[in-house]
Amino acid sequence: MTHNATTKVLVLHLAIIVALFLAQFVLGPYHHTNVARIMVFGAFAVGYNVLLGYTGLMSLGHAMFFATGLYGAGLTVYYFGFGAIEAFAVGVAATFVVAAIFGLIVVRTAGVSFLIVSLMFAQAAFLTTLYFNRITRGDEGFVISSQLRPLEIAGASFPFSDPSMKYNVAWLVFAVSFIASVALVRSPIGRIWIAIRENEARTRMLGYNTYKYKFLALVISATIAGAAGATYALLFSYVGSTFASIQYSIFPLLWTLVGGVGTIIGPLLGTGLMFYLIDIASGLTESHLFVVGAVLVVLILWLPKGIMGGIRDRWLPWLP
Amino acid sequence: MDFGPYLFLALLEGMVTAFVLALTALGLSLVFGVLRIVNIAHGEFFMLGAVLAWWSVSLVGDLPLVGFILALLIGPLIVGGIAIATDWLILRRINYNPESTIVATIGLLYIIQQAVLTLYGPDARPVPAPIYFRIDFPWFGYSGYKLIVAGMSGLLILASWIALSRSKLGLYMRATQLNEEMAQAFGVPVRRIYALVFAVGAMFAAVAGVLVVPIRQADYLMGLEPLLLSFIVVIIGGLGNLKGTLVAAFLIGLTDGIISVMISPTLAKILATLLVALVLAVRPGGLFGEQEA
Repeated sequence: MTHNATTKVLVLHLAIIVALFLAQFVLGPYHHTNVARIMVFGAFAVGYNVLLGYTGLMSLGHAMFFATGLYGAGLTVYYFGFGAIEAFAVGVAATFVVAAIFGLIVVRTAGVSFLIVSLMFAQAAFLTTLYFNRITRGDEGFVISSQLRPLEIAGASFPFSDPSMKYNVAWLVFAVSFIASVALVRSPIGRIWIAIRENEARTRMLGYNTYKYKFLALVISATIAGAAGATYALLFSYVGSTFASIQYSIFPLLWTLVGGVGTIIGPLLGTGLMFYLIDIASGLTESHLFVVGAVLVVLILWLPKGIMGGIRDRWLPWLP
Repeated sequence: MDFGPYLFLALLEGMVTAFVLALTALGLSLVFGVLRIVNIAHGEFFMLGAVLAWWSVSLVGDLPLVGFILALLIGPLIVGGIAIATDWLILRRINYNPESTIVATIGLLYIIQQAVLTLYGPDARPVPAPIYFRIDFPWFGYSGYKLIVAGMSGLLILASWIALSRSKLGLYMRATQLNEEMAQAFGVPVRRIYALVFAVGAMFAAVAGVLVVPIRQADYLMGLEPLLLSFIVVIIGGLGNLKGTLVAAFLIGLTDGIISVMISPTLAKILATLLVALVLAVRPGGLFGEQEA
């Protein structure tokens, strides 16, 4: 990687962050809220891609991590009256712990076994949210807007009901995840992840403890998902078991595939495109599930590398 | 009811679950064994079987037994047809790549669910049992149909076992599983075997769906549970290991039945999953699987 390419990468990714920040001043109210939501889910997808795109582990259980963050933040606000920052910290810490335990159990499984086991654990987590429905209110969920206090910074008060507050918090969380994942995949650790993705046996032969690096990728990926979940609870104030269901494990996979597996920009692009595609499709027909299914099949048949993957192959080989 | 009879009831329920589960999981395991792919839409084939059974029974109307026998024939046939189409249109083109197949079959899962939701609706619909009689135990009466379900599943498993170990087609399948290139070199039509195995695997799920529908209702979301239980079974039994699959199906089916009856169905599923975690922590290849690494 030449010095020139490094500059290009930095400029491009910073430009995206800045553009997303500036977009709030031009977007109408409808798209304003949508983009805030897309950025939160985008962070989720960026985290997912660390695992799938760079380490080569396909998880079907990321809903568990998103939901752990969501419930960690939501329940503490709802029952203990935590402030936003404490609740966020609880959500992220809880996800970290869950991911570490999960990682210790599954890190030795690979490929298809990893996928199945992650799916099953996520299903167990989903059932747990239903089983304790006296606390979680199960499917119905609960709303935390009346319990959540405004954020106080230097004497000024920022209520979470304010759209521009939502937008900027979402932007901040997204920007941190985005920059962290660019930095990570370009770091020595990221190089080893890519080596594991390309050939795990060979990486092990070179003397790297591949389990350690896979565990690390899993925990980082999950923690980003948990941060996205906690942010979602705080900004959109609804916490329910839907977010733990299998659908929310499939979504980050879908978003990442659409945008491009193993590209940094891909997951954001995929999240945005699918969000609007489903939005438009549900306006036209009742069958938005069909759209999701058809997009998955079409992608895998004709565009397996996703949009950014295709662009990288054709025009921009330096994209990380 | 006393504890003894209660446990007996739980065991009966568990046994019925185990037979149906064995049938469903065998389909998944067979497909994995020969094609080395995981079919995420396997549960949807189960659901299609159940929904087609409802359709067939309501079509015939007055004669539930005739409708049901019809369902046992057309359910698997239609599902097998869909599976062959899937193989031809999608799987063959992505060269049975394991990860691409997973994504494609997730897509298929949504497409099938949406099709059923649109054509059949969101409601769960009951199907009357084709044969109704009670077996009176000293402590409680038990639905005779449930025992028929278990018996028929058992027969089907036995029949497929014989077919796999004695027939020429079974030999082809085992040869393909063992070494695809070598099989091809000996004149086994590997591609056709792939399509056939995928279809047969789907048909297993469809038959299980047809058999189960009089016990529980048919709805478009019912596919997830058998899929996850089958996953648990094939993981514990070792992916692609048919004997392991059968043993694990009984282990999980009985455990699930007992805990479901005695405590709670949700808790049973949570515990089954944690059991898998335990097995994997000790033996990453499953209880009966070949050990990697």
